[in-house]
Amino acid sequence: MVYATFLVSLTVILFVLNLIIGSVYIPIDQLIHSLSQTVNSQDPTALILLKSRLPQALTAILAGAGLAVSGLLLQTLFRNPLADPSILGISAGAGLGVAITLMLSGFLGNALHDLPGVIGNLTITLSSFLGAFVVLLIVLNLSFRIQNNAVLLIIGLMISYAAGACIDLLKFFSQKEDIYVYVMWGMGSFSNTSSGELSFMAPIVTIALGISLLLIKPLNILLLGTQYSTNLGLNLKSIRLIILLVTGLLTAVITAFCGPIAFIGLAVPHLVKGVVKTSNHAILIPSVIFGGASLALICNLIAKMPGFDGTLPINSVTSFIGAPVVIWVLLSKKNEKRF
Amino acid sequence: MKSVSNTSTIVLQTNELTIGYSGELGAEKYLHQNINLQIARGEFICLLGPNGAGKTTLIKTLAGLIKPICGTIKLNHLPIQSLSIQRIAKLISIVFTERLNLTDMTVYDLVALGRSPHTGFFGRLSALDHEKVAQAINDCGITHLKNRSLNQLSDGEQQKAFIAKALSQDTPIIILDEPTAFLDISSRIELMRLLKKLSIEKNKAILLSTHDLDLALRSADRLWLLAREQTLITGIPEDLILSNKFKNFFDKDGILFDNQTGAFSEHLTNLKTIRLIGNGLEFKWVQRALKRSGYQPTPDKGEFMEIEVSNETHGIYHVSHPNGSLTSLRTIEDLLSHLSVSADGIT
Repeated sequence: MVYATFLVSLTVILFVLNLIIGSVYIPIDQLIHSLSQTVNSQDPTALILLKSRLPQALTAILAGAGLAVSGLLLQTLFRNPLADPSILGISAGAGLGVAITLMLSGFLGNALHDLPGVIGNLTITLSSFLGAFVVLLIVLNLSFRIQNNAVLLIIGLMISYAAGACIDLLKFFSQKEDIYVYVMWGMGSFSNTSSGELSFMAPIVTIALGISLLLIKPLNILLLGTQYSTNLGLNLKSIRLIILLVTGLLTAVITAFCGPIAFIGLAVPHLVKGVVKTSNHAILIPSVIFGGASLALICNLIAKMPGFDGTLPINSVTSFIGAPVVIWVLLSKKNEKRF
Repeated sequence: MKSVSNTSTIVLQTNELTIGYSGELGAEKYLHQNINLQIARGEFICLLGPNGAGKTTLIKTLAGLIKPICGTIKLNHLPIQSLSIQRIAKLISIVFTERLNLTDMTVYDLVALGRSPHTGFFGRLSALDHEKVAQAINDCGITHLKNRSLNQLSDGEQQKAFIAKALSQDTPIIILDEPTAFLDISSRIELMRLLKKLSIEKNKAILLSTHDLDLALRSADRLWLLAREQTLITGIPEDLILSNKFKNFFDKDGILFDNQTGAFSEHLTNLKTIRLIGNGLEFKWVQRALKRSGYQPTPDKGEFMEIEVSNETHGIYHVSHPNGSLTSLRTIEDLLSHLSVSADGIT
């Protein structure tokens, strides 16, 4: 309970900090006043808040929570501490979708660059989602035929490599400007989601997180491996399908709107387990949801610290902040015997 | 095969069962055919056989984890094919050989998972569930470990935790695949005693595969002997010994089953005869040391060396040679080295 209160209040505090800190400082009293304004307000502070900071903070919360839960679910399913949302090749599929679109637009005479920014963004989002979704379908299809989880894991990795190779080839034949757009996309960002896009992303992520909370019992059983799970009456095939579907959907949607966000999905489950020290998913899943949201909010806060010119790429920040923290948690005395 | 067990207590029965697994392209590999078995409540059964005989395949088939190639398995008189895995989970619990590296899971958490087939959608434990978990932990004598993380336990303690998990699953049958494999000798004896106790006190049918012939012979109500390309042999240990089935089953070059002692011995050739006289505990161990070192002790007089062990002169062994010389030694180690030196001197 202590940890739960801590994680929830941490998320709330970080959320508020994300709203008030940025290139322009917004004091608390003004914040409350501005949030009551409508989107069409002429107040510049309200505009910054409602059009930029609020969607950005909400995106960070959704992306952080979604990726972290995906990571936890996959680590449990594959009983592998190295599993994360990118492991099934879904992020790579998203990347491939984006790369194909960018290169096609290059062939069509820079059609994408001529499009207004919003539609250009939407095109990238759609192609990313399509790429991720196609890979998800392939993985799901294979999961019907392959019993062995380790084999499925390796196939996911192979899909990643194959998609990566295709992306490299496409880059090789692409124009500089398109490669630049691709590289920027690959760095990840929480700031490209408009409130309209958010109204698409939020329900999907929320529903997926809700489903993950319904999986507490099967996830706990899965910790004992496939043999014990079957002996405890768990239908492995259907539970695996549900987990792949939930994590695949989360990864596809989040990657479509934010780009491939690295690290959070891998690190947050380890950080949380290092602190709460339980294998019970009834505690782990909520903790990981708030832990993921908090880490994403911290990283977003650092990325837009005043003093940096514009916003730093999220991926550099997540790994830069997260890696030392994970190492510190794993090396701490209490965790010595964990692995 | 005829059985004296009361049919109402039979919890598992096979009829003309063929086990094996499907290989590539749907080709099926048969391991054993025409298996007719039954398990009754409260029965403690040990499955013995060499590596690769198909013990694990048999166990997994009986537990519904592998489909039988043909024949039937009945659990509580119902064909296993007609039962859902949720239903089987309430009839058979298994302890596998596979070691799990479970970080952050306490013994209590693990045993609580054994309640899964009985709990609701979220796996929340009722007061009754908590009671059964505590009872199972207590029955296995690991109450003091209940809040310890599994990866901090010794092999024997972990094995007991998994047995407690199987107990809390509350099934009439518990199957264990080589539960003593990683354990030291005292943990093995302790574990067998625990399982035997559970089969009697909780009226559980317990089937375990093991390589511990000695322990199996001492504790099993019934033995199943399984070897490659051989029909499964079942019976109570004493019958199997007296009918020489046990001996024949394990007959291999250089290894002999002694029907007198119920133990295995290495068969040595070119034994040297030696006279051994005396009595008591020391006599017994000197005799054993001599046998191990390639001597055939005999109480009869003859043209060979003579060793005298007496209980009055504690720890002194008198060796007299055919040529009349006499030596006294304090330890069996000295005795054996003296014998080997003298033997070299003679030849």
